[in-house]
Amino acid sequence: MTEHGPIAIWSAIVAIGIATFAIRLSFIYLFGQINDVPPRIKLALRFVPPAVLAALVAPALVTVGPTIQATLLDERLLAGLVAGAVAWRTENVFATIGVGMVALWTFRFLVF
Amino acid sequence: MNRDLKAGVRDALPLLLGVVPFALVTGIAAAEAGLTSGQAVGMSLLVFAGASQLAALELLGETAPIVVVVGTAVVINLRMLMYSASIAPYFADYRQRTRAFLAYFLTDQAYAMAIAEYGDEDDRDERSYYLGVAASIWAVWIVGTFVGVVVGAGVPESWGLSFAVPLVFLAILVPAMKSRPRTVAAAVGGIVAVVAAGLPFNLGLLVGALSGIAAGVLSEEVPR
Repeated sequence: MTEHGPIAIWSAIVAIGIATFAIRLSFIYLFGQINDVPPRIKLALRFVPPAVLAALVAPALVTVGPTIQATLLDERLLAGLVAGAVAWRTENVFATIGVGMVALWTFRFLVF
Repeated sequence: MNRDLKAGVRDALPLLLGVVPFALVTGIAAAEAGLTSGQAVGMSLLVFAGASQLAALELLGETAPIVVVVGTAVVINLRMLMYSASIAPYFADYRQRTRAFLAYFLTDQAYAMAIAEYGDEDDRDERSYYLGVAASIWAVWIVGTFVGVVVGAGVPESWGLSFAVPLVFLAILVPAMKSRPRTVAAAVGGIVAVVAAGLPFNLGLLVGALSGIAAGVLSEEVPR
């Protein structure tokens, strides 16, 4: 639960909103003045989605525990591996969420 | 409704199946982070970019400094520079106000659908088709966020509903890891984020993401 007050939360929302709109508008607005994104930047931007998604996912699944066993036998990691396998096979968001949640509940309420 | 607008809405329908769970989860994440339904829907209206919203919500929930929250969300949305550059030629003939309006709706999915269609169909009205796709996504996104925040606030903590957040990302990430540099970017981003999870100001996510991007670029450039 956040300890930020409503003013801080709204400031964050408005700032992210303005910056995101500026990014979207950039070339659409400037077209004719700048021809293209420099290739190196383009290359870097290509890796933003996988890098960011993994940086979001990994800490939600893995908490480094006191022992290797404690780290690996975690209900979230195990459920995440099951969901990852489903994502690989089906490439379906609904199936991944559904199987992943059922796996989490199975490990949480039945196994551990 | 004009023909091109209708075609856009029709082509967006299968995409919406993916947008619905994402929007619900974003609403749930907002409730878990302690936002009101007004703040959650306000965020979807003003930001309208799922991955950055989820990252911002996660960081807000941990009371990270606002600068870190904003910085992380902006880095995640930088990829839209590419979409903006790529789609700009198709919008170049419209007035500036129209272009600003169209830019607001730019998402991964709307970009991908529109670009594919412009290449295939020569007589499409660019603006109508794009708006058909993009505004459908937008409507589902706003309603889905609202439903998610209402549902999320009512479900007991022990159900672990917030676990749906990483599951959505897994569902997008895993199929994307089909080339070596992308897999390297993901692996490094994930490992660094886990190791850096204890960093002050919740900088772990940002450090992980930037490391992953750098690793992807290096792995692309290093001859194998």
